[in-house]
Amino acid sequence: MSEKTSILVIGGGIAGIQASLDLAGRGFQVYLLEETPTIGGRMAQLDKTFPTMDCSICILAPKMMECFRHSNIKLLTYGELKEIKGSVGNFHVKILQKPRYVDQTKCTGCGACAEHCPIEVPNEFDMELGMRKAIYMPMPQAVPRCMTVDKENCIECKLCTKMCQAGAVDFQQQPQEVDLNVGVVIIATGFNQYDPSEIVEYGYKKQRNVLTALEFERWVCASGPVGGHLLRPADGGIPKKIAFIQCVGSRGSKFGAPFCSSVCCMYATKEALIIREHAPDVSVYIFYNELRAFGKGFQEFVNRAREDYGVNYIRSRPGEIREDPKTKSLTIWYDDTFTREIKSLCDVDLVVLCAALIPRESNKKLAEITGIELDECGFFKVTHPLMAPVDSTVPGIYVCGYCQSPKDIPDSVAQASAAAARAAEALALVQAQRTGDGA
Amino acid sequence: MIMEQQPKEKARIGVFICHCGINIGGVVNVPHVVKYVKTLPNVTYAEDNMYTCSAEGIDKIKAAIKEHNLNRVVVASCTPRTHEPLFRGACADAGVNPYLFELANIREHCSWVHMREPEKATEKAKDIVRMAVARASFLKAQEESEVAVDPTALVIGGGISGLTSALCLANQGFKVYLVEKEPELGGMLRKIFKLYPTNEEAQRILEASINTVMSHKNINTLTNTSIKSVDGYIGNFEVTALKDSEEKKFKAGTVIIATGAVEFKPVGLFGYDKYDKVLTQVDLERVLQTGKSAMNKFFKPQRVAMIQCVGAREEKPPRAYCSRICCMVAVKNAMLIKEWYPDSAVYILYQDMQTYGKDYEDLHRKARDAGIIFINYAKQTPPEVMPLPDNRLRLTVYHALLGEKRDLDCDLIVLSTPLVQQETAEELSKILKVPLGQDKFFLEAHVKLRPVDFATDGIYVCGTAHGPKDIGESISQAYAVSSRAGGPMANRKVRTEAITAVVDPDRCVGCRMCEKLCPFGAHRIEEGKSTVIDALCKGCGVCAAACLRRAITMRHFTDDQIMAEVKTAFLTEAPKPPKAPTV
Repeated sequence: MSEKTSILVIGGGIAGIQASLDLAGRGFQVYLLEETPTIGGRMAQLDKTFPTMDCSICILAPKMMECFRHSNIKLLTYGELKEIKGSVGNFHVKILQKPRYVDQTKCTGCGACAEHCPIEVPNEFDMELGMRKAIYMPMPQAVPRCMTVDKENCIECKLCTKMCQAGAVDFQQQPQEVDLNVGVVIIATGFNQYDPSEIVEYGYKKQRNVLTALEFERWVCASGPVGGHLLRPADGGIPKKIAFIQCVGSRGSKFGAPFCSSVCCMYATKEALIIREHAPDVSVYIFYNELRAFGKGFQEFVNRAREDYGVNYIRSRPGEIREDPKTKSLTIWYDDTFTREIKSLCDVDLVVLCAALIPRESNKKLAEITGIELDECGFFKVTHPLMAPVDSTVPGIYVCGYCQSPKDIPDSVAQASAAAARAAEALALVQAQRTGDGA
Repeated sequence: MIMEQQPKEKARIGVFICHCGINIGGVVNVPHVVKYVKTLPNVTYAEDNMYTCSAEGIDKIKAAIKEHNLNRVVVASCTPRTHEPLFRGACADAGVNPYLFELANIREHCSWVHMREPEKATEKAKDIVRMAVARASFLKAQEESEVAVDPTALVIGGGISGLTSALCLANQGFKVYLVEKEPELGGMLRKIFKLYPTNEEAQRILEASINTVMSHKNINTLTNTSIKSVDGYIGNFEVTALKDSEEKKFKAGTVIIATGAVEFKPVGLFGYDKYDKVLTQVDLERVLQTGKSAMNKFFKPQRVAMIQCVGAREEKPPRAYCSRICCMVAVKNAMLIKEWYPDSAVYILYQDMQTYGKDYEDLHRKARDAGIIFINYAKQTPPEVMPLPDNRLRLTVYHALLGEKRDLDCDLIVLSTPLVQQETAEELSKILKVPLGQDKFFLEAHVKLRPVDFATDGIYVCGTAHGPKDIGESISQAYAVSSRAGGPMANRKVRTEAITAVVDPDRCVGCRMCEKLCPFGAHRIEEGKSTVIDALCKGCGVCAAACLRRAITMRHFTDDQIMAEVKTAFLTEAPKPPKAPTV
């Protein structure tokens, strides 16, 4: 078997991390490409995970560190794929690494530079609810633990250069092209959240007590913008009533995506539990269409939320969320599908829109570069949805995680290992062919 | 307690205290701590660094080890989670066993949480470092070792998951024993007519897989075979199988459970055992398998109703779960009946349509477009079945969304029942010492991040033995186990932890408490005494804490090491040298 063959993994979320660890663990050289300054992906942004209520970053961070330390994994963060040529067993890849303007070999991530940086901009990691500096680390557990200068917002006052005692800030850095020869490629680019502002009835971005689910994850997270306190975004007041609305931009033809995102019923239930654990006097309502609790232990989790935690589930798709201009509190108008009456839920302090999770826009470019096909929704196509769930339309390129179709973390992790197995299998078959051993 | 013999030498400890830029140095008076540390017993050398973890800091550790002939190293900085391997590596490079290193966390445990109390933080930092130094005096060198792994896999179950996994492993060059209890391979798929969402015939897909497996030179297929016993551990399992009541023994490095699931038989529900026109979905699949013309002889359905969640999503375990696939199965079969009999009326009585994801939502939409009628019923008001004089069945259902009762006079009622665990699973779980969950499916090591592993290394699970899932999901998991099991087999070895439990045979009375409590199956009782399989032990210490005879010691976390730390924590005056600094 040809060990020390190289493999490129695109996407540093939990799926890309798992695929990398599996393959590096058996002796392949893995290049893990990530477009942002840190690996970790969406899972790093989550507060807790269902149905075990594990702290998300607490179970993810050790895996991120394992990638960083692994002698067979080279992290290519803050980079993008430029070109790919060749075929299975022999791909030539060009990657462009953007300059961080910080020397990764010298930076210890102490943060002295950021402390003195005068420029504040909204932090993408906190879904722009909190601020970061122009020289920054996206999150405390970032891997690699290295600062990055956001050149778009930097005013080049060079205070950071002066403050850095390690001498790591380097404004002379240039973009770097990295050429690689790899045997196979695994793609795990994850998802984005649909922006529900076009659904004007819900008033997202206009009514400040309306958040999306990913925003809410950061909002209640201890490492988030308000230190994990449960507050009304509009005025910092203490909430008494919080509501979740499911299928915002999902399962519809009018807005957003036609498909079901597969995870929203469960994460809403989890967030409801977080609220009730945090503040037992806050009442929680989940407006749903169909409660999809189909995974292992999920229905039991919903039962627990309903019976032990008193979460209220209402079967309805609300028509409107209206803000009281004075109090900024919200009224939700909905029709009760059981009683067939138009009802309202008043004095709601915070509404969480469980917006569709959609494939990344950048998948199109990736498809163009690699030659693999996308389906009509923008997910990567597989050659057979049942028999070949991770094989893209180009031999030697595998896909896993949400970018292949909506799925939760365990299914993404399983698929990541599946992609790793297919990669190892393909390389073994190529090797056998070369040596004339018909495996 | 076992004391491992090592050459006695006086502890010569080097202490490196990190400023971490301003993270520690901005709160804790680091030079003051260095001065204090120099007064502690066994401390030969102490210094402070701006960043101990920088390349420069690492070089300084190595140089100090050489220059001062250090045999223990303490770094006072941040968390071992991120930095211990780096500092251990520096020790190893300079010839000091990495387990003679100790990390004192004065950042997360001190400067970060006491940033407004610099003086108290400095005192606490002194306490933390003093404790680390006390422990360091008692540290012993430890070795990580390796266990050889036989590159052979045992795959239990010859359904689509087992077939896929066997083939993937065989293609990677590993030898595979594929064991199936039935006379034929194929499992549940044998009973299925067409598959959603592609509408292909299950048998065609299955035949292709079976043929490839049967002709593969690396796969040894044993049908009519059950597993009698499995001894040993990762890399070295000894398997005894029974084929046609004849014993077969072989070795395997890894074991994969792909035993599948069976359909729940709804005895006593909706007249299943009373009326022949009440079928389960699998019963229906078998009728459909015979083809349309054969089915015509049976009957031509005019009105068909399918009831979802029969025996599933119950109040209490074991069947409190949603079986994940039944909504799609119902939609698929409803559309097929509608296609064969366009004039028929087909109803699906559901609680929540679980047509998740990308393809299944689409399937759901197509079914509605094709004229399948969906009726929502509430769990509290399930439909009722009554016989009619003309051999039909009257189904009375309360339409929860329309708020009205409806009578449906049907000539066929199909019950969508959940997948449930095989009866043989309980026994297999005992043979392999891996757990089942409340739902009776095999319980993985971690629901989130280790979906196909068990806590016990070398044993994996895939497909519906792990819980209900469809073909694509089962195949994903089948490939996943091929990666998880493929790793140790490709390496031909696994590393064992250095920090493991050690049993003192003189004290052990063989009470089996440790064997019962060990989450990793690492304790085995042999000749009335417990022994630890180092390859399986993760060093969690559960056994040592529970042992009533105090016969179990944890390497690297011995009582004297921990007590040295505890005792010095409560010191109020200058510490005296510990009694046994030379170990």
